[in-house]
Amino acid sequence: MTNNLVLMPILIPFFGAILLMILPKRIYLQRTVALIFSILLFLASLFLVFYVHKNGIMTLNIGNWDAPFGITMVGDMLALLLVTTSSIVLNCVVIYSFYTIGKPREKFLYYAVILFMMVGVNGSFLTGDIFNLFVFFEVMLMSSYVLLVIGGTKIQLKATIKYLLINVVGSAFFVVAIALLYSMIGTLNMADISQKIAALDGSGNYGMISVVAVMFLFVFGLKAGLFPLYFWLPGSYFAPPIPILALFGGLLTKVGVYAIMRTYSLFFYQLSDFVLPLLGILAIITIILGVIGAMSYYDLKTIVIYNILIAIGVILFSVSLMSREAMTGAVFYLIHDMIIKAALFLIVGVVMAITGYSSVKKFSGLMTVKPSLGWAFFIAILGLSGIPPLSGFFGKLLIVEGSFSAGMIVGGVIVLLSSLFVLMSLIKVFTRGFWGGKQGNFNLKIPYRKMMLPVVILLSISILYGVCSELMLPYISQAVDSLIDPSIYINAVFKE
Amino acid sequence: MKTNDVLLRNVTKVVAFIIFLFSLHLFLAGHYNPGGGFVAGLTSAGAITLMFLAYDTKTVKSMLNINTIMLTGIGLLFALGTGLIGILTGDAFLTHKYTHIDLPILGDVSLHTATLFDLGVYLVVVGVTLTIIQSIGESD
Repeated sequence: MTNNLVLMPILIPFFGAILLMILPKRIYLQRTVALIFSILLFLASLFLVFYVHKNGIMTLNIGNWDAPFGITMVGDMLALLLVTTSSIVLNCVVIYSFYTIGKPREKFLYYAVILFMMVGVNGSFLTGDIFNLFVFFEVMLMSSYVLLVIGGTKIQLKATIKYLLINVVGSAFFVVAIALLYSMIGTLNMADISQKIAALDGSGNYGMISVVAVMFLFVFGLKAGLFPLYFWLPGSYFAPPIPILALFGGLLTKVGVYAIMRTYSLFFYQLSDFVLPLLGILAIITIILGVIGAMSYYDLKTIVIYNILIAIGVILFSVSLMSREAMTGAVFYLIHDMIIKAALFLIVGVVMAITGYSSVKKFSGLMTVKPSLGWAFFIAILGLSGIPPLSGFFGKLLIVEGSFSAGMIVGGVIVLLSSLFVLMSLIKVFTRGFWGGKQGNFNLKIPYRKMMLPVVILLSISILYGVCSELMLPYISQAVDSLIDPSIYINAVFKE
Repeated sequence: MKTNDVLLRNVTKVVAFIIFLFSLHLFLAGHYNPGGGFVAGLTSAGAITLMFLAYDTKTVKSMLNINTIMLTGIGLLFALGTGLIGILTGDAFLTHKYTHIDLPILGDVSLHTATLFDLGVYLVVVGVTLTIIQSIGESD
């Protein structure tokens, strides 16, 4: 039986984007079509999650060419959970864009580019072919270049040049890494690569595999913002308007994290003497630098951007442990982080729309004007730092447990301390901006309720995710199964 | 002083036509010989670029009268639609179908839905190239 359904998360936004290109550039038409397709995408990916939960990993050999020879799409639980999460973020960002992005941008194919970016993101999650992963990365990156520069303000142009240069270099390295791997292994199908690398154990080429592993770490680390390759991230993410930033902060870096999780659990899981510790150390340094960045600013946007780095570090640290517990924590935390980061950025957007600034030195007493905004921000902060009933708790608990049981006491303690600093960095701006006497010019003419709708949706999903972690556990442990045991993934692709 | 480029324009009239025919040849040759949608698209865009050089953008635009962004979209639709043929016939996405047909003059012709995909590539390449050239050429 052929499972074309697994392609739906790619085909739906693709068709939507094409329609938006062809249809006349009337704003209401564009908005309606974009919203319809993002809702369709959400429903399709939700359906796929339940389908895969019931029937196991879905694979599709495109064009009916058998597994190692054609391109295989693999819908395993991890990929589909991430696809669903990113479609939730997409829906909220699209709704938020209606009221904030402005008509000039909307007329310039804004929604079409967003949907093209979703094609890239979903394709990167679902593909089972390393070169196809590269192509989907490029689809995602091209759209992100356009989204970064759309509008053409000075700061955006500056940031885009940096971002473009970095990513072009990164992509070139990706191609070189694939070329090296192909010259040794002779295949591009990820399941097949995994088998062949495992069969290589002990032969002369084995040392080169770690070179490829480090190159992949370089490439994906560049996309994900891992130390020492995160230097482009704070500047570039500061430039675009808030809805685009929420999309970037929620999705782009996480695709890099997913790619590291996938390749390291599938290809390089035996390289525990060098490559995995390297990943762990880099992740720990990323956490520390992210904390330093987050503590040292009074600018809401920059603080949340540095919090992205901290989360990347925490997730990748637990990936480097390669134990079941830590991986479960990593997947839990990854999904939580995508939702909460998008919510935080959207809240920052509302704050900026009201006060006109993102730096809390320019205003205070926002709580007296908009108490609901203050409480939403407060809940988001608690969720982000991992206070028990909320969503960040369970993932981090598992990560810390995993690191202690693996004997990584220092790493575990740093993850714990990082939570404290995350809380502190945001509470600091919370007390300064929201409490106190009323200062600064507050513009209350914005469509506040409409802008808060996506924030409320994201926050309630995040709270539900925290409260119902028990319900999510079977799905997440199914996702972790194929990460811990590559043979599940390989058998699904080759179907015996 | 306005130069009179009558030579350039008359040569363009002939040469652009030949280039266009050559791109058509490349497009149809793709399955068995070097060629295909991408080169054919570039060559066609080359023919139109030659016309841009010989005449001004306004004249060429009124000659062609196409919205290049829409052309790109239609090309993408062709590519996606070719993939859907596979789904609608109960196979995997992008499964291609082919058949042999005896035509009166041409004889035995093999038809393949991969050509439709190539047509999509062709339209996208033409559309994107012309969009780039036009938008750079018209911005002051």
